[in-house]
Amino acid sequence: MRHALMQFAPVFPEMFVLAMVSLILVVDAAASDGKRYLAYLLSLVTLAGAAFLTLRDFSTMPVLTLGGLFIDDPLSDVLKLFLYLTVAVVLVYSRDYLRQRGLYKGEFFVLALFALLGMMVMVSASHFLTLYLGLELLSLSLYAMVALQRDSSVATEAAMKYFVLGALASGMLLYGMSMVYGVTGSLGLGDIAIALQDGTDLRIPLVFGIVFIVAGLAFKLGAVPFHMWIPDVYHGAPTAMTLFIGSAPKIAAFAFVIRILGQGLESQVGDWRGMLVILAVLSMALGNIAAIAQSNLKRMLAYSTISHMGFMLLGILAGSQNGYGGAMFYVLAYALMSLGGFGMILLLSRAGFEADRLEDFKGLNRRSPWLAFMMLLLMFSMAGVPPTVGFYAKLSVLQAVVEIGYVWLAVAAVLFSLIGAFYYLRIVKLMYFDAPHDAAPIAASPDARVVMSINGLAILALGIMPQPLMAVCIHAIRASF
Amino acid sequence: MLNNLLSLVIWVPILAGVIVLATGSDRNAALARWLALVGSLLGLIVALPLVTGFDTTTSAMQFVEKAAWIPAFNIHYHLGVDGISMPLILLNSFVTVLVVIAGWQVIQDKVAQYMAAFLIMSGLINGVFAALDGILFYVFFEGMLIPLYLIVGVWGGPNRVYAAFKFFLYTLLGSLLMLVSMIYLYFQSGGSFDIQTWHATALGMTAQTLMFFAFLLAFGVKVPMWPVHTWLPDAHVEAPTGGSVVLAAITLKVGAYGFLRFILPILPDASHEFAWFVIMLSLIAVAYIGLVALVQADMKKLIAYSSIAHMGFVTLGFFMFNPLGAEGGLVQMISHGFVSAALFLCIGVMYDRLHSRQIKDYGGLVNKMPVFAAFFMLFAMANAGLPATSGFVGEFMVIMASTQVNFWFAFVAATTLIFGAAYTLWMYKRVVFGSVTNPHVEEMADVNAREILLLGVLAILVLAMGLYPKPFTDVMHVSVVDLLAHVARSKLP
Repeated sequence: MRHALMQFAPVFPEMFVLAMVSLILVVDAAASDGKRYLAYLLSLVTLAGAAFLTLRDFSTMPVLTLGGLFIDDPLSDVLKLFLYLTVAVVLVYSRDYLRQRGLYKGEFFVLALFALLGMMVMVSASHFLTLYLGLELLSLSLYAMVALQRDSSVATEAAMKYFVLGALASGMLLYGMSMVYGVTGSLGLGDIAIALQDGTDLRIPLVFGIVFIVAGLAFKLGAVPFHMWIPDVYHGAPTAMTLFIGSAPKIAAFAFVIRILGQGLESQVGDWRGMLVILAVLSMALGNIAAIAQSNLKRMLAYSTISHMGFMLLGILAGSQNGYGGAMFYVLAYALMSLGGFGMILLLSRAGFEADRLEDFKGLNRRSPWLAFMMLLLMFSMAGVPPTVGFYAKLSVLQAVVEIGYVWLAVAAVLFSLIGAFYYLRIVKLMYFDAPHDAAPIAASPDARVVMSINGLAILALGIMPQPLMAVCIHAIRASF
Repeated sequence: MLNNLLSLVIWVPILAGVIVLATGSDRNAALARWLALVGSLLGLIVALPLVTGFDTTTSAMQFVEKAAWIPAFNIHYHLGVDGISMPLILLNSFVTVLVVIAGWQVIQDKVAQYMAAFLIMSGLINGVFAALDGILFYVFFEGMLIPLYLIVGVWGGPNRVYAAFKFFLYTLLGSLLMLVSMIYLYFQSGGSFDIQTWHATALGMTAQTLMFFAFLLAFGVKVPMWPVHTWLPDAHVEAPTGGSVVLAAITLKVGAYGFLRFILPILPDASHEFAWFVIMLSLIAVAYIGLVALVQADMKKLIAYSSIAHMGFVTLGFFMFNPLGAEGGLVQMISHGFVSAALFLCIGVMYDRLHSRQIKDYGGLVNKMPVFAAFFMLFAMANAGLPATSGFVGEFMVIMASTQVNFWFAFVAATTLIFGAAYTLWMYKRVVFGSVTNPHVEEMADVNAREILLLGVLAILVLAMGLYPKPFTDVMHVSVVDLLAHVARSKLP
């Protein structure tokens, strides 16, 4: 690892995004209602620029800078690139939806980019303070995004719940961090790892702190029993916001968990593994079983998120580089699937009509065979059926679990995913076996259709050729640990 | 060309399926049909060199292709066939042509999707038989569920949704447990997904036992063995004719093939230990399911139950651990592929005219459809195991093999000759003979040229295999002997 006390080059992408957000804020304040597309275009330019900066400085080895607060390693660079991509896709999918609901305003783009900045900081944090800073920047932006539709009481309620529970989780996290600080005397993840290498006399406060940290992380991930906010927020928020919350922040949350547990508390794997096992099993069980009972697609996908996060935890609890690599592959694949799933709701919605009930997907194969096929791929991928990327995601985490000897956990996981297959199949059934009850033409814009096609085909292509993404994940983990 | 033969066999039908799919809506239905026919014929043609170039003197894998696919997990694109899998690939490529022709007029709704689903599935099934890498096998094995799910669900009968779900979830349960077993094998074999490496991997008895039941569930559901057979009658009744033909003739073989490629060679000690269990289930399938078939009122259901009984013979033969039994099981698989396909096509012929599968709606068919009645007679006899038809050869071999092991196995197995004849011929009598009671039967026309072609080809094959089975057994003999030698060696560390 290279230490550089005050080197700013690794932070250029963050600085650029911050500068651009400020610019968008000013431009949009001055622009008339007809010129809202300026903010949209500038946001896309921001993402492209940040991607360029990240790629230009793509690190081959970790660089610690800003006095140990900030780390730039292959892991963070890869995750940031996926964050830009995810946010860009979110913007394309949600443009028409926002315009039809009067939400196509500068605020949305500013909040989205601030959230992105928070996620970038989380991904690159090597210190409890920066981790927390990034997390709060992300969370506050998301609370505001959910509440953006002021007239909707459901959205306001969702935002309130999200805020209260999110604040509680942040509190827990902070409390846990303070305990760890008390034991190790430092807040930097690298220093903590070194301090804990040879064990400590203060086992009880340390484990106590880890419990609170894991609880806080579980809140942010939405793992059972800290999942209560997920269904309500996903359901209540305007779908464009749900799309945002359901995709990019998962990638950031993965980085967050990996940084704290995998890097800072690596030596304590014996302590947090058991907790993650419980979280994972409960999440897979409750997520998959509760999803069956849902009649609203957003709610169903919310429960499906819970189960997917349970699956991802399988990779992390393995505590090995293979496991982290598998979890990373899982979360990237999941972000892709989640984008497609919520994106499809946006594409099928039109002014005054939300296509978020299961019945709205009836007979989609007759209305648009191509979109139905994309949704088919998404659903089979979420169910983990080859040849889609979802299968390799499951394979890689299951493999990590079997490697550490937890065969029973792998068996439990596949049994829960069998239950999960039922409700994904039900969507396919609605689209292909049933007659449509809504004959209105699908009003999705051409660019959203193109992106959706790429999104769906990527799931198939990565299912047939998973090696490139798999190699990227494994390389990023190996080079950063 | 010969180097990539197996890839061609897999990808030509899939590619053809994608092209057919691209013809789009039903306005181009005629184009979709012709393209599908050309695609399926091409698929059969590229499979033919497998026979002509096949070396029957070696048990080694032939036409091998190997390339790194997912190096991160040491997964390879590894293909190859031996005497066990080669005939099954050919059977599948052949049946696909039949299915395309069988759906020519019946399917009027979403023609392109229907044809494409069958072509893609055909390629995937060829992949199942050719894969020599565990994960590659799994991808094909699971991937074929997707088109089959759609075929049953979109073009099936009134209760199709229930049948499609039941079928999909049942099979998924087994395959997911198999997946965990495969991952376990990966670590036991020192990081390899290669099936042939697994054949040589030492395994303790506990591990073998657990994996035995995981694999048994995966393949037993597909075969299907009693008591996990209940999805098959439902799926058959609700599937369109083509779906039934593929289900009976091909997908059931995938399960049986799994026994030979995975369970027996990878877990020989557990296979010996729990042979009694599989034998028991097989005998129940043969005897009990035969009785169940007797009381069916729906012809498709009757043939579905008869399929289960016949597949019981296959698994029985495999677990006799002698060449006669294993080869008998294989011959039975191929023969059942022809006979069940033919019987479902016969039922399809009747259904297209009367839109009923109930035995009671028919009667006196011979007066109106004499040519059809003759064909139907031949296939019914083959199903009952009449000598000189293919149905006899496999059953006879398996009964002979089980006599060598235990007289009572042979005794129970031989009841099929009675039950099989009873349910098939009784159905035949009620449907074909007697006087015409249903006025609609009066209006039924005899088989047309397309149907004669379909049934004629199958009739020739059924008779050829019944009269001179040697070419079939020659192809598989060396591989079977090698397999059994392998199974006889203990793998306990």
